[in-house]
Parts: sequence; C-alpha cells; structure tokens
Amino acid sequence: MEQLVYKKPDSIKEDFKISFCPGCDHGVAVKLVAEVLDELGVREKTIGIASVGCSVFSYDFFNLDIVEAQHGRSMAVATGVKRSKPDKVVFTYQGDGDLASIGIAETIHAMARGEKITAICINNTTYGMTGGQAGPTTLIGQVTTTTTKGRCAELSGFPLKISELLKEIDGTAYVARVTLDNPKAIMNAKKCIKKAFEAQIKGLGTGFVEILATCPTNWKMTPQQAHERVRGEMSEVFVPGVYKDKVSEAL
Amino acid sequence: MGRIVLNRDKCKACYLCVDVCPNKVLQADETVNNIGYYPVKTDNSKTCIGCAMCARVCPDMAIEKVYR
Repeated sequence: MEQLVYKKPDSIKEDFKISFCPGCDHGVAVKLVAEVLDELGVREKTIGIASVGCSVFSYDFFNLDIVEAQHGRSMAVATGVKRSKPDKVVFTYQGDGDLASIGIAETIHAMARGEKITAICINNTTYGMTGGQAGPTTLIGQVTTTTTKGRCAELSGFPLKISELLKEIDGTAYVARVTLDNPKAIMNAKKCIKKAFEAQIKGLGTGFVEILATCPTNWKMTPQQAHERVRGEMSEVFVPGVYKDKVSEAL
Repeated sequence: MGRIVLNRDKCKACYLCVDVCPNKVLQADETVNNIGYYPVKTDNSKTCIGCAMCARVCPDMAIEKVYR
C-alpha cells in the first residue's frame, strides 16, 4: 500500500508560477513558510506582507492574503495590519536589501516595540532583483556590479550582521540564522521558522529568521557552487545558529 | 518502494535533486520542456526509496508528490 510522504503545501496556489531563477533558494524558503503555515493550521487567518525585491511576487504563489508594501516599509505595514487585526497571524517576507538597508529603521523600531509579527529575511549578500549591486550584507572582497574590485571596508564599510544586531533588542522573542544548502539544513530551517511563528502566536514578541540564501545568477555560479559558497565564506562571517529563543523558555 | 510525481514543465534544471538523491534515480532529460530547460526525469525504478529529499531541495516545487 502506497503512502503519501510529501506533497506540495496547501498554502501554495494550485496554478502557481515560481518567478525565481533556476537554483535560487527563495523557492525553498517560500515552500518552508507555506509548510509551517499548513502545520500550524493558520492559513485561513494569515496575512503576508510582500516587500520589494525578488520576494515581490509573493502574491503570485502564496495562497494567502498578501499586502504589498513600499520598499523597506514591510515591518511598518505589518505593524498596522497586526494592530488593526490582532487575531490574525502576520508575517513579512523580505530580502536583506529591503529589511537591512532601506528598511532597517522600520525593522528595529517594530522589534523595539515588540510587535507580535514574524519577519523572514533572505540574506543573499546582493541586491538580486536589480542586477547584483552591493548591499548591506555584501562580504569584504566580494565582486558585485557596484564594487567591481571587491568590496573595500575603507570605502564602503563592513557587512551588517542582522541577527546579531536584532537579538539585542528586548522586543524580539526568537532570532535565528539558518542555511538551506542541504536537506538537513532545510529541515532545521523549517523548525526555526515554526518557532518564529509560535513566538508571534503565543504573544511573546517578534520572531525573526535570517536565511542565508544563494543568488546563482548574480554570483555567476552554478547552484551547486553557490551552495558551496554559503557553506564556506558566507557561514564564516554570518555564523548560523539560534541567537535568542524565548519560545522554548516559555514552555 | 517509492515513487515521485514530477511536473516536468515546472523544472528549471538546477539539478539540486540529482545531487541529493541517494540512489541516483533522477537524471537530466535529453528533450526540452515548455519553458526551455532540460528538466530532470525519472523512470520511477525500484531503487527509489521515497525519502523525499529531492522534493525538499526543489526550489521550483516541480516534484509535487512523493509516495512510499
């Protein structure tokens, strides 16, 4: 007798069209969020906030209500949605250029207020959608279209470690950094995303997960080489792990 | 024994599933699909154990169902 062990999550539309490049980790991240919403049984009362970046097309494949926010303002929009509809589950799905560069003020202040929302940040060390310019998380020495000789700390500063920054804020209940480079890491990432949603549902504060993702197109690598880079130089600077966990403490 | 349901017109040929498959059930196809890539193919042979690792790493959700 055959047993179904895996199926496409219900929180993804039936006639979805994934708009990401081949091998991009965005697709896996979207799938994990959808699986977590299915498992928690909150799909019917979830409102997502799409940001500007590659994540802009979230409304094309999430089978949820999605609000489109201006560039960087997702956390502010999420605050408004959550405060007017406190019984809903609200999450933002943002890239690092959106959350950590133009939207860092909104992010920090929403978390300082301890808004009961969940933020998912895709950190791929570039601005992926606009053609691979240097972003706030671009590594020292990384060649991008705006740092053609490699990022120089003298000229353009150091990469911003988002998770380390946000764990210091009292309003956050869960902060973790995960990778998606192998099946084990993907299962771990799913657990972390689930906890970030539980932090919100239990009213403990903001849940935040930073996902180290690949951008094979702008890194000019194959998907396999890109995963190798995540495991190597990216994990050395952005160390994966759980930085703050009030969810387990509350149990 | 396992079996996967593959939507070949959603596959964008990153071949991450080919790398993780423990029994090498998946391989690249010789013909292009509707969106212009050489998708993966499987003969659903008896060597598939239904571990679903291919479905978990697939960024395009082309592997829609896995049975064991």
